Amino acid sequence: MDFVSGLRCRECGRAYPAEALHVCDFCFGPLEVTYDYERIAATVTRERVEAGPRTIWRYADLLPVSDPSPVDLGAGFTPLVRADRLAAELGLGELWIKDDTANPTGSFKDRVVSVALTKARQLGFKVAACASTGNLANSVAAHAARAGMESVVLIPADLERAKVTMTTVYGGRVVAVQGTYDDVNRLCAELTSERPSWAFVNVNVRTYYAEGSKTLAFEVAEQLGWQAPDHVVVPIGSGSQLTKVAKGFEELGRVGLLDEVPTVRISGAQADGCSPVATAFAEGTDAIRPVKPSTIAKSLAIGNPADGWYALDVIRRTGGACASVTDEEILDGIRLLARTEGIFAETAGGVTIATLAKLAASGAVRPDERVVALVTGHGLKTVEALAATEGPTATIAPTLEAFDEAFETFESPAGGTDPSDPAGVPDGTPGTDPSTRSVR
Amino acid sequence: MSISIRVPAQLRTLTGGAGEVSVEGSTVGEALKALDAAHPGFGERLFDEGGNLRRFVNVFLADEDVRFLGGLDAPVADGQTLSVVPAVAGG
Repeated sequence: MDFVSGLRCRECGRAYPAEALHVCDFCFGPLEVTYDYERIAATVTRERVEAGPRTIWRYADLLPVSDPSPVDLGAGFTPLVRADRLAAELGLGELWIKDDTANPTGSFKDRVVSVALTKARQLGFKVAACASTGNLANSVAAHAARAGMESVVLIPADLERAKVTMTTVYGGRVVAVQGTYDDVNRLCAELTSERPSWAFVNVNVRTYYAEGSKTLAFEVAEQLGWQAPDHVVVPIGSGSQLTKVAKGFEELGRVGLLDEVPTVRISGAQADGCSPVATAFAEGTDAIRPVKPSTIAKSLAIGNPADGWYALDVIRRTGGACASVTDEEILDGIRLLARTEGIFAETAGGVTIATLAKLAASGAVRPDERVVALVTGHGLKTVEALAATEGPTATIAPTLEAFDEAFETFESPAGGTDPSDPAGVPDGTPGTDPSTRSVR
Repeated sequence: MSISIRVPAQLRTLTGGAGEVSVEGSTVGEALKALDAAHPGFGERLFDEGGNLRRFVNVFLADEDVRFLGGLDAPVADGQTLSVVPAVAGG
C-alpha cells in the first residue's frame, strides 16, 4: 500500500487523482505527487528502512507506488565514497562522491525508471516509451525488457555510440530523430496526445518518474549515518533531479527519519554550451531563456529545461550557487575524478566535478562544509569524449629491453605519485603530458 | 492566411475532441487569438494576465519554438502548422 494522497498542480493547486497525468489541464503547470506524511511518519522508521532491500525500494514508503515485486534491476543504494584526495586538490574538507555510475545500466536514470515502470505497469500500460539523451534510453529499454513490456525509445541521431548500443541490445524499438534532444522531446510530448496507451516515462508518467530521484537524498543521508550534508552539487539537465533531491531531504525531516527538516544548500552544475539555468542565476532573473545546446555533455544538453525555473528557485532558496564550465574543463573534471578517486564518470560527471572545482575556488562551496557531489553516469558511455587525449603511455615490442627503455623515458616512474601535481585541475592550469598520466 | 493548429489532449475538450483545427492569422499571436475566438477557453489557458504565453505553454511554428522566432509577433505563412505543447516534459 502506498501513501499517495493524489496529485496537485504546483502552479495553481488544483487536485487530480493519481493517474497517468503530468500537467494541469487548466494552466499546464506540472503535477506533483502528494503524500499523507502523517501516515508515513507513523509507519516508517530507520530500522524499517535498514531492513529493506539494498535498492531504492528500501524507501518504498516515500515512493509514489507500492508493489511487492517492482520493475527492478537493482537500482540505487550506490556507494557514497569519501573523496579525500579530490578534496585536497580542490581545497575542500569533507567531500563525498555519490557514485551513481554503479547503477544497473550505469546511470541514475535506473532510479526514476524503476519507479516509473512499476507505476506504469500498475496503471495498465503495456508499452514503455521515452525521449532520451541516452542514459534514459538505456534504462527504459533494460527495465522494459525485465518487465516484459515493449519499449519505444526516441533519441537524437547524434548520440554517443555506446548509448545507442546499450539501448538497442535489449530488443526494444529505437528511433533516432534528426534533431536535438529538444526536438525529440517536443515530438514525444506531441506523440503522448496521439498514443495515450503508451507510458512515456518522462511525459505522461513523469510525475511518478521524477519522484525516483528523491532516493539520492535518502541514500546520502542514510549513508552518512542519518545525517544530512551541508551542501550538495547536482548536475542540471531538465532540473528535475535537483528539485527532487531537495524534496527528498525535506521529506526525511517531515517523516522523522531525520530529527528535523535539514538545511542543505543545493548547487547546480551545467555546461557552458547549455547553461540556461546558470545564466539566469548569474543574471539574477527568473526567466529561463531556452538555448540551442552545443556541448560534449549530451546527457545534460536540454536547451529548454522543464524544471529549470524550479531548480533555480531551489538553488536560491537554499543559498546554493549555479555555474557552468567549458568542454575542456569537463574533460579535465572527468580525469581529475578518475585520477584522484578511481571513479570514471561520463561527461555529465565531468560537469559536476569541474563545477564543484569552480565553486570551491570562488568560495561558494566552503572547506568547512560537508559536501556531496552527485556523479550520475558511467564514463564508458561517453568514451568518445576522451578518445583524442587518452592512450597508452608507450607502445613497445614484447621484450624486457623495450620495456626498460620506454619506462626510463617516463617523466614520473611508478610510485612517484606527487599529490601536488596540478595535472587536470580544472582551473586552466596546464598539466603534464596526458600520455604520462595513466601509469602513475 | 490559413494556419493549422495542433492541440494537445489536455485541451481537446475545447475543440470537440479535434486534435487539429484551422484558423486565420498572419502572426503567431493572431492565430492563437483566432483559436480562442473559434473555441472559447483557449485564451485563459494559453495566456497570463499580461497577455504573454503562460510559463508552461510551449508553442512551435513548423516544429521550431516560437521563442526563437520572435514570440507572438513571429509571422506565419499560409499553410504552416502551429503546435501547442505542454512544456513540462523530458529530462
